[in-house]
Amino acid sequence: MSMTNVSVPVLEGRSLGKTLGGNRVLDGVSVSLPKGCVKVLIGPSGAGKSTLLQCLNFLMPPDSGSIWLAGREVNGKSRRELCSLRQQVGMIFQDFNLFDHLSALENVRVALMKVKGLSRLDAGERALAELARVGLGDKAALYPANLSGGQKQRVAIARALAMDPKVMLLDEPTSALDPELIGEVLAVIRDLAQNGMTMIVATHQISFSASLADEFLFMDKGRVVEQGSPAELLGRGSASRTQAFCAKISELTGETEAECRV
Amino acid sequence: MPGVSTTYLEFLRAELVPGLMEGLWTSLVVIAPSALLGALIGASVGVLRVYGPRPVRRCAEVYVSLFRGTPLIVQVFFWYFALPYIRIGGRGIVLDPVSAAILAFGLCSGAYQSEYIRGGLMSIKQGQIRAALALGMTTRQAVTSVVLPQAFRRALPGCGNEIIYLIKYSSLASVITVNELTGMATTIARNSWRNIEVFCTLGAYYLVLVTLATWLLHLLEDAMSVPGFERHRS
Repeated sequence: MSMTNVSVPVLEGRSLGKTLGGNRVLDGVSVSLPKGCVKVLIGPSGAGKSTLLQCLNFLMPPDSGSIWLAGREVNGKSRRELCSLRQQVGMIFQDFNLFDHLSALENVRVALMKVKGLSRLDAGERALAELARVGLGDKAALYPANLSGGQKQRVAIARALAMDPKVMLLDEPTSALDPELIGEVLAVIRDLAQNGMTMIVATHQISFSASLADEFLFMDKGRVVEQGSPAELLGRGSASRTQAFCAKISELTGETEAECRV
Repeated sequence: MPGVSTTYLEFLRAELVPGLMEGLWTSLVVIAPSALLGALIGASVGVLRVYGPRPVRRCAEVYVSLFRGTPLIVQVFFWYFALPYIRIGGRGIVLDPVSAAILAFGLCSGAYQSEYIRGGLMSIKQGQIRAALALGMTTRQAVTSVVLPQAFRRALPGCGNEIIYLIKYSSLASVITVNELTGMATTIARNSWRNIEVFCTLGAYYLVLVTLATWLLHLLEDAMSVPGFERHRS
């Protein structure tokens, strides 16, 4: 996955700003996602990672700056434009947000029918294929209440993938999971990355993302304060804030510093 | 006083059951449309109170506080006795007793129903809408296919309870001359002086009605039940 791709980025946010309750949550953040690249957002909580991701698909409209999808600016004014943007930009939430009254299959199927206009049968077939892709073909009939956290997140990923997104925003996809369930979700994410999905992931899984990311963006107080390849920021001898932050997290989560370095 | 010498069973067969059956039919004619009206008003007002624009929300709140804040019997009197004096184009609005009762019960029930619907809607986590929007659904699609089906399941026990109440307060229609169950019973009691028998039997009729309604509501809850939204069995 080369970063030298000079073609138009799939998704781009330019100097995004957002103020929430008097706090400058995003302070002129720019991020560009060329096709097939994986970027990882790290930083302390409250740094604006989640806000940035939600601005990119207008779930939280930015106060300033602009969003560009495949080289065209999306202003978020027209409903049609918004729906089209959101179909192309898949989003994964920390707490899954599966539709609680629908089975796994129905969760994946509902937007295919409502948004893409597929027939019940076609949508069901597609939904089943997506569930199989995340290893849950046999759980299609189960409701969220009967799925484990890891399974819920995989259904959520299948649901997003079914819309054929060009890029995925993952907002701390494993932070709400029990430690033993994190692996199965990371495996699906790794699989996506290896298949060339363009992604931006906010996460605290440092060693995992270091092995996957083309670029790390370290955010603090609404700004990107450091940006570079994992090797640059975490490499031996690096005195970056990213390095210090990762070392602290790794200590807490039991990862060794060696794992943290690349 | 006729009938005092007859046994309870004879009295039941000859007078009470024929009279109460007639009253039962009238009760159902009042209850069914009132419940339907109440449910429709409750659902619309409940949705407007959560998703409506501010002025509409305010109007809905005024409606609810008005109809929850005044005694039902005052409302019944208003629709039956006061409405004729409100002249629009020179003529007062005169409702027949059954229509006045249905209007009063429907409007009152709707105010309570809207509370349950509102509670159901507010219990749905914001993330559910956000996930639907993130998939490209419009707000309307998100509300109709994600929020409402869940909110309705949450609201169903409360709404059902309100229908049970409605069955019982339908007896107030008797004060504006509707010969429903209670109206018929008071007439029979007045003529026969067999108050204990009449009013205990009347109570039994309501008990049966309420038991039937409870059973039907449980069937509905079970039919709509999915894991995570089950009926809590006691």
